Amino acid sequence: MSATSAPLAPAPPARASAGSRPAWRSASGPLGLGVATLWLSVIVLLPLSAVVVRSLDGGLGAFWDAVSSRQALAALRFTVLVSLATAAINVVGGTLIAWVLVRDQFPGKRIVNALIDLPFALPTIVAGLTLLTLYGPRSPVGIDIAFTQAAVLLALLFVTLPFVIRSVQPVLIELDREMEEAALSLGARNLTIFRRIVLPNLVPAILSGAALAFARAVGEFGSIVLISGNIPFDTQVSSVYVFKLIESDAPVSAAAVSTVLLLVSLGVLLGIRALGHWGARHDR
Amino acid sequence: MISQHVRKTVLALLALVALAVVAGCGGSSDETGGSDVSGGGDAKTTLSLVAYSTPEVVYDEIIPDFQKTSEGSDVGFKTSYGASGDQSRAVEAGLRADVVTFSTEPDMTRLVDAGLVDPSWNGTPNRGLVTTSVVAFVVRNGNPKGIRTWDDLLRPGIKVLTPNPFSSGAAKWNLLAAYGQASGGGRDPQAGLDYVRKLIVDHVPVQDKSGREALQNFVSGDADVLLSYEYEATTAQKKGEDVDYVLPDDTIKINIDIATTQDAPPAAQQFLDYVLSKPAQEHFVDWGYRPVNEEVLSAAKARGLFPDPPGLFTIDDLGGWDSVNDEFFDIENGSIAKIEEDAGVSTAK
Amino acid sequence: MTVDRRWRIGLRVLGLGYLALLLLVPVGLIFYRTFEHGLTGVWESITTPAAIHAFWLTIEVTAIAVPLNTLFGIVMAMALARGEWRGKGLVNALIDLPFAVSPVVIGLSLILVYGIDGWLGGALADAGIQVIFSVPGIVLATIFVSLPFVVREVTPVLKEIGDEQEQAAATLGAGGWTTFRRVTLPSIRWGVAYGVVLSVARCIGEFGAVSVVSGKISGETETLTLLVEKRFANFDLAGAYAASALLALIALGTLLAMTMIKPRREEGDA
Repeated sequence: MSATSAPLAPAPPARASAGSRPAWRSASGPLGLGVATLWLSVIVLLPLSAVVVRSLDGGLGAFWDAVSSRQALAALRFTVLVSLATAAINVVGGTLIAWVLVRDQFPGKRIVNALIDLPFALPTIVAGLTLLTLYGPRSPVGIDIAFTQAAVLLALLFVTLPFVIRSVQPVLIELDREMEEAALSLGARNLTIFRRIVLPNLVPAILSGAALAFARAVGEFGSIVLISGNIPFDTQVSSVYVFKLIESDAPVSAAAVSTVLLLVSLGVLLGIRALGHWGARHDR
Repeated sequence: MISQHVRKTVLALLALVALAVVAGCGGSSDETGGSDVSGGGDAKTTLSLVAYSTPEVVYDEIIPDFQKTSEGSDVGFKTSYGASGDQSRAVEAGLRADVVTFSTEPDMTRLVDAGLVDPSWNGTPNRGLVTTSVVAFVVRNGNPKGIRTWDDLLRPGIKVLTPNPFSSGAAKWNLLAAYGQASGGGRDPQAGLDYVRKLIVDHVPVQDKSGREALQNFVSGDADVLLSYEYEATTAQKKGEDVDYVLPDDTIKINIDIATTQDAPPAAQQFLDYVLSKPAQEHFVDWGYRPVNEEVLSAAKARGLFPDPPGLFTIDDLGGWDSVNDEFFDIENGSIAKIEEDAGVSTAK
Repeated sequence: MTVDRRWRIGLRVLGLGYLALLLLVPVGLIFYRTFEHGLTGVWESITTPAAIHAFWLTIEVTAIAVPLNTLFGIVMAMALARGEWRGKGLVNALIDLPFAVSPVVIGLSLILVYGIDGWLGGALADAGIQVIFSVPGIVLATIFVSLPFVVREVTPVLKEIGDEQEQAAATLGAGGWTTFRRVTLPSIRWGVAYGVVLSVARCIGEFGAVSVVSGKISGETETLTLLVEKRFANFDLAGAYAASALLALIALGTLLAMTMIKPRREEGDA
């Protein structure tokens, strides 16, 4: 994510005027928005609503039974917890790596920067198998965590790596250094500068990246199913439980559990964005 | 400047699409230097074979042979391999299929119920079977831990792998074998369930999603025994994996089903007949499958292959698939489901 | 803040160490495994008829999905960054949903709509159009999973640069389309390019959802990722790694192309 040429004048906060609609807006005017929303609806909302509708095939009673079964609840709890852990670790690790990539200089930095997006390109089955080989029973580095909850966390960290990094990088790049330099000249220590000046500006970007990482972690399947052992109540995530329900010819229950997962994700995504807006309003 | 950029992108995309259209025309063989089974444009009929995953290597040999016969000379093939349950569900959901073969009977019954396969599919002399096998213990080369019997599996410290029965049809056969032998062929259900419980809770560290994944896990991990099929072990050995297998005295006979679909062209039945004939069944023998063709089976046994375990039992001895599926494998109330849950609770951190 | 040398080295080691353990070593292992038996085997296993077809199918699907989502992305980004309209917050969150939905559920949902018993599937089948278990189904699944990328890359850029230049162009008499073409588009081109790169990577790497809707018909609906899975299942580990390395190379190629067109300034200063 990169900003481009500097604006002609110091930029006021981007604020759209609700009333006036100058002619140049027609490129993205109501027609464009309408078509784009239609696209979103046909591609994403239509199929997902089929799942929600199907989940009610057996009535509300069956829906409730499916989502409140012991396995479903255990899987949901583990999924949410491990995804939160993933997001939290990404917040720290991702911000750190973004910092190193923006503010530091070392040979090969461009290549490292390019590699960050690789987790998207590798099929999840490859990611899972490679992690299993490296950090499983035959590990060349002597770390064996296969089939444990730690293994699930590891797989999730791999697939969510780019989110926080790519969210924070452009903000760090655009950050105005004057405040930091002023604070430094006034005698503030590095840690204070980071905590009081830099970090608050990064928080919305960090939160946004963390939300995406959480969302992805909740839905991840391919890499986990290989490395986690799929033991109910222990290492079974909701997406794997849904898979088992489908394989056991219980598609309505599968749809029900999926609907709950969707709602949880949507809730978190909305919540994070609301947090971001609230934070932006308190900007200087 | 930007229009130049846009123009270049569009041209590049058009070139790619053109290339895709040109180069995308069929090749389905994945053998290096192997023959292509698709049969090209002058095929008068095209048959769609939808199969479970493991016999791909066998059909890759059978299909070209069939195409050399008079019935098969103008038949092209489309093949699809995947997990048995997934494939069955796909056909039910509209995947075009003329010949189907699955590793558990419920996967075929699903298509009968959907009206896609004739209910008399298993009324044939071979009862709808294409091959059979037995559940076996896959061990390291040389069998260092001396695993011979089901009781050996319960020795302290022995790690056993078997896939998860709720995501793998293959795993159901494994657990039914374990249950059947401990219950004396179904006579003492409690003893059977006790054995399965001890096995899963104390000796199975992880349950992979599918049979092949469990085999991969065994090969690259440190478990002692893998519950699998006799032909899986043979196929693995042929492919260079360093494993061996042991046939326990008591085990279950695995039935592999095959049928044509209702709307299939006559060539489908001709292909099925060919698959049951001597040359095709001999291909199956090469890869470790027990043939249903009597002549081929006797010849193989004469060579010392496919010994008969003294305590062989069948799914019918245990009540047949329908009752077994409900009683054991119902995901909420089945007895195996309850054992699985207890296993998780006991190992949950 | 100017970080002193010790801190700088420390942070660098920590950051790169994390990256190495999590990313570089696994990816390096894939390439090592691929080439450890020599180059000829690798070449043979990526030129089997099935592999060639899988490669072109993957490219074809990506070439359809990415431009469509790019168009959607730019238009939606303009609407999100420049407009205030009812439901904006909800749509904003909905756009992120494709990340959160498990691929199994995506496949299931597409079958529920386009399968033979699905909402639209029956009618489409009567019209002779097969979606599921055919290439259109794969395209739909791929579009689904790669939908958010361009939007999410372009929106912050649009917000960052503000709309004064566009307003200036308007006051100078430029029409909507001209302003868009001459002013807006150039200023967001790096955001768009980056979003395209991420989308391409995601499209070629998609496995789970495609696995459910493709029917896995060898030589017809088998993508490169499905081929990888099949080879793993058939004990052809070398072949599986070769195909994976090919996928990684395609992604790296697109990434490096993007890196080359990005101006140096974008990487920040020391």
